[in-house]
Amino acid sequence: MQKFNKLKSIPAYLPIVNIDTDMIIPKQFLKTIKRTGLGKNLFFEMRYDDQGKEINDFALNQNPYNGSKILIAGKNFGCGSSREHAPWALLDFGITCIISSSYADIFYSNCFKNGILPIILEEEKIKELSEYANRKEEISVDLKEEKVVYGNNETKFKVDPFKKKCLLEGLDDIALSLKKSDKIESFENDLKNTKPWIFND
Amino acid sequence: MSTTLYDKIWNDHLVDQQDDGTALLFVDRHLVHEVTSPQAFEGLRNSNRKVRHPNLTLAVADHNVPTTDRTKGISDKESKIQVDTLEANCKEFNIQLFGMDDKRQGIVHIIGPEQGFTQPGTVIVCGDSHTATHGAFGSLAFGIGTSEVEHVLATQTLVQKKAKNFRINVNGKLPLGVTSKDVILQIIGKIGTAGGTGCVIEYAGDLVRSLSVEQRMTICNMTIEGGARAGLIAPDEKIFKYLKGKPMSPKGDSWEKALNYWNNLKTDSDAIFDKEINLNAGEILPMITWGTSPQDVITINDKVPNPNSEKDEDKKNSIERSLKYMGLKPDMSATDIKIDKVFIGSCTNGRIEDLREAAKILKDKKISSHVNAIVVPGSGLVKEQAEQEGLDKIFVNSGFEWREPGCSMCLAMNADKLKPEERCASTSNRNFEGRQGRGGRTHLVSPGMAAAAAISGNLDDVRKYQN
Repeated sequence: MQKFNKLKSIPAYLPIVNIDTDMIIPKQFLKTIKRTGLGKNLFFEMRYDDQGKEINDFALNQNPYNGSKILIAGKNFGCGSSREHAPWALLDFGITCIISSSYADIFYSNCFKNGILPIILEEEKIKELSEYANRKEEISVDLKEEKVVYGNNETKFKVDPFKKKCLLEGLDDIALSLKKSDKIESFENDLKNTKPWIFND
Repeated sequence: MSTTLYDKIWNDHLVDQQDDGTALLFVDRHLVHEVTSPQAFEGLRNSNRKVRHPNLTLAVADHNVPTTDRTKGISDKESKIQVDTLEANCKEFNIQLFGMDDKRQGIVHIIGPEQGFTQPGTVIVCGDSHTATHGAFGSLAFGIGTSEVEHVLATQTLVQKKAKNFRINVNGKLPLGVTSKDVILQIIGKIGTAGGTGCVIEYAGDLVRSLSVEQRMTICNMTIEGGARAGLIAPDEKIFKYLKGKPMSPKGDSWEKALNYWNNLKTDSDAIFDKEINLNAGEILPMITWGTSPQDVITINDKVPNPNSEKDEDKKNSIERSLKYMGLKPDMSATDIKIDKVFIGSCTNGRIEDLREAAKILKDKKISSHVNAIVVPGSGLVKEQAEQEGLDKIFVNSGFEWREPGCSMCLAMNADKLKPEERCASTSNRNFEGRQGRGGRTHLVSPGMAAAAAISGNLDDVRKYQN
């Protein structure tokens, strides 16, 4: 996984609440057996018309937002299906940081597995930051310091310490869990005695 | 200390807990389907890892499979690759798979319970958000992403943080024609699609206890539409009776031991919940969704909302956007909404009781001439049971198409989809923009309401058709 430390970008702003994972990446693109290549289909139905032409009004089709690394969006971002294709599509497009006032649980957790930082800020701050998108001005994100810097201002955000460590160091959490193999094995041995039906024996 | 059912299952599965609260949770049952697993298996191969417990894993292809004649296989190239990839992966990693020609094949959340793979007190995961369905058995069941699928395959555990406890009590009796689908739609309307974020929901109350096992599954299934990853109900005699003798249920001495454990799976009477709400079942009416979010619910007696009566700017914009997409006018009556298609099926409402409920309304009636309607049984076993009961004939005689099992038009990954601006009364779980096909318009309803809409040609009140 790619490490996440600091990031500077003109943010793109989508002032829509409850953006679901069907919107982020519609089902016809879930037929892939790869993680890559989904960026061109990100927000497909909002981004392209029936003929497959880019819709100019859509922010991510416009310069400089087509190169944004930070996406600001309305609350409850990523609700709906558990598809990890949603963060894969964002990542493939180049977005590695999302700022919203809330996220759906599964999407939130999927972001961290892919080197994407989902930041939670209050609605007021979101409105303030969206002005930087409108004015096409850069903002920067510092994960280590847990802060977003914009103009002469900065605002702090909170992130789970373990998730932060994994992002900063780009850790593979399967490898981390496998280091606890002894504990897993001892749990399984207990389980065989206390709940023998679990192992279908 | 008093604990909730969720606390008990959580504590019973803790392999390790770090100081920061991050826990490693043991996973008893892992369901796998073709859409969210190929990258996980690829990950295993790339890092030379094995599946830790193939016998705790069960796979089935459901999202991509055709629901029409299957003898020629899958014509869509990409769908075929995905289904073939699942088959190859299961073979390589020694995982049991119900193939497309196996009569046990069906929607992953329908076959788990059917086989007795789903059991009380277990942690069940699947790369699918509707895994919450299995919570009806008193298990902690939730959807995970593909990276987590890989993690479970490799370690039989999952890295988790404890969620909050949220209890929803539903007491009283449901009026005639009102079902558990209406109950959960009402709940989502009340708490909103983010109402359960960060929580595990326990459904309780005498109404919930009075529901059948399948009706409970419908409620738990749509927990995710209320924002919570998992919803559960304390297991009782109905659950134990349902599971007894199922192919993968415990047998003999193991059954007795399991039963002994299952009988203690309940929330302590003085346990404290972080959040709690109460609903009166007697006040719930047949529900529909009018918009593009599952929280956009009204009763069949209501009118579509008017954005001008909304003061909150975000909400107003959201209503306007939904009305435009749905092609509806503010203040129009729900029963004036004309439909083109009806879909009965999905992991929400594709079980035998759902088909019976719809067939009861359709018996000796014809569907409206402008309506195109399909029934997609949730599994091969549901299909077989329905055919034994003659339900297929009722559906076909009324003008429905009788299909092969799968996810079908719930998410339109196979050939079953809406055309732009086509309007569907659907027993599925999501009415998002484009969910059932680009530009398609979805109204979520119960199976009885879907049958009533098919007959009338408009969204209609199922209570008019009760015999």
